[in-house]
Amino acid sequence: MREEIIISGRMNLGVDPVLHAWGWEISVYLFLGGLAAGLLFFAGAYYLLGKGDNYPAAVKKAPVLVPIFLVLGLAALFLDLHHKPYFWRLYTNIKFQSPMSWGAWTLMIITPLSMVWAALHIREWFPKWDWKFQWIRDLEDFFSEYKKHMAWAMVLLGVILGIYTGILLSAFNARPLWNTSILGPLFLASGLSAGSALILLLSKNERERIIFTRIDLILIGIELFLIIHMLMGFQASTQAQIDASHIFLGGDLTAPFWIFVVVLGMLVPAALEVMELRHIKVPVIIPVILVLLGSFMLRWLICNAGQLSRYLY
Amino acid sequence: MRYAMAIDTKKCVGCSDCVVACQTENDVPIGYCRDWIVEVTDGTYPQLETEIRSERCNQCDNSPCVRCCPTGASHYSEGGIVLVTPEKCIGCAACIQSCPYDARYTHPKGYVDKCTFCIHRVKKGMEPSCVAVCPTKCMYFGDLDDPNSAVSKVLKTRKYKVLAPEAGTKPNVYYLI
Repeated sequence: MREEIIISGRMNLGVDPVLHAWGWEISVYLFLGGLAAGLLFFAGAYYLLGKGDNYPAAVKKAPVLVPIFLVLGLAALFLDLHHKPYFWRLYTNIKFQSPMSWGAWTLMIITPLSMVWAALHIREWFPKWDWKFQWIRDLEDFFSEYKKHMAWAMVLLGVILGIYTGILLSAFNARPLWNTSILGPLFLASGLSAGSALILLLSKNERERIIFTRIDLILIGIELFLIIHMLMGFQASTQAQIDASHIFLGGDLTAPFWIFVVVLGMLVPAALEVMELRHIKVPVIIPVILVLLGSFMLRWLICNAGQLSRYLY
Repeated sequence: MRYAMAIDTKKCVGCSDCVVACQTENDVPIGYCRDWIVEVTDGTYPQLETEIRSERCNQCDNSPCVRCCPTGASHYSEGGIVLVTPEKCIGCAACIQSCPYDARYTHPKGYVDKCTFCIHRVKKGMEPSCVAVCPTKCMYFGDLDDPNSAVSKVLKTRKYKVLAPEAGTKPNVYYLI
């Protein structure tokens, strides 16, 4: 039997025996960023379609939570940095070849934008809300005039925020499991699905619930297609990617991937949502939590599995 | 000018002198290394072959680490050597993820660190410390654009390979086979 034994003298912390440069912080950010992107996209899109009053949870209620998600996500990102006092260096240049650079700039624009949109709709959560200072009331009036422009920006930047996290990973060709352009659309679909699930939870409007149940079902279908497409693509690729895909097809992370992401995160909530559409009462919280859990597990597992895949030893 | 290194796998005995010399010369923190020894034994018993390599950053022409760095901390310096400016590095580890050779690590001080081909010595006309100390003289360093440099000469006469050429990085550390 032919054998290959490799002995390496390298034992650098975080690199050996398996790469672990990114921990839970990145997975948490990828999840929260995706969720925020999904919520902003739906809020902007349905506002532009003139459905603000038909779908209040999507356009007015859910987006109020977005700044919280983004701030928590950014805090996780900041925790991950090892040279923290220099974080501002992200904003001394724009590097078009670095997805992390345009991600940083997108966040720089979308975070304050989401805060303004949340402030304009804060009364959805606190009906008696009144701003303490007159200048804030003036600002509110000022921004109310530009809601349409803001909605356009939310749709565009929401898509960029949702897709860039996947592109960020897929740009690393050193990690064969990440090195697939499917990852961008997959993370976008997953973020939109998480967003629609949260809207479903917050909605008290029958019509809105039906629409977002249908949207989520379509998104779950797209996600399943993209996952199968991605794994088939790996099988038809180089040895490095065939080996990488084995992490999910018999290797170390097979069980968590198929159980938490595919079955519990997609198939079960999809079945429950179909039941809901057929008027079989299911507590809405169950599919919603499953979709959110699946969305997080997808990022967590892909983040870790990518770091297990490599070209050399 | 294009700095490169050639390492003779037939002469290397895996003594790790290059590793220790680098750690001393560059004040590499304890427990870390910028270069390291890899021993690969391959074949079917009893026909086994062992290759010993001293590995390090490949100072690639198409460096994914420079491309993905969001701040420009990772950059090409003179002779194509890839360097990290600690004052620009935010420690995001994107470059660590991007390197197919896993040649980078996070320095305990927070920034990312790696082999510099001992550019501070090269500027003074000296060889990188690993090359200088090698007891079997298995390493060759120099400018690929200069046909009379040690590395150009040895690459003309010997067979060689690079690591993970399929990663598309166009590495500049050559292994004589």
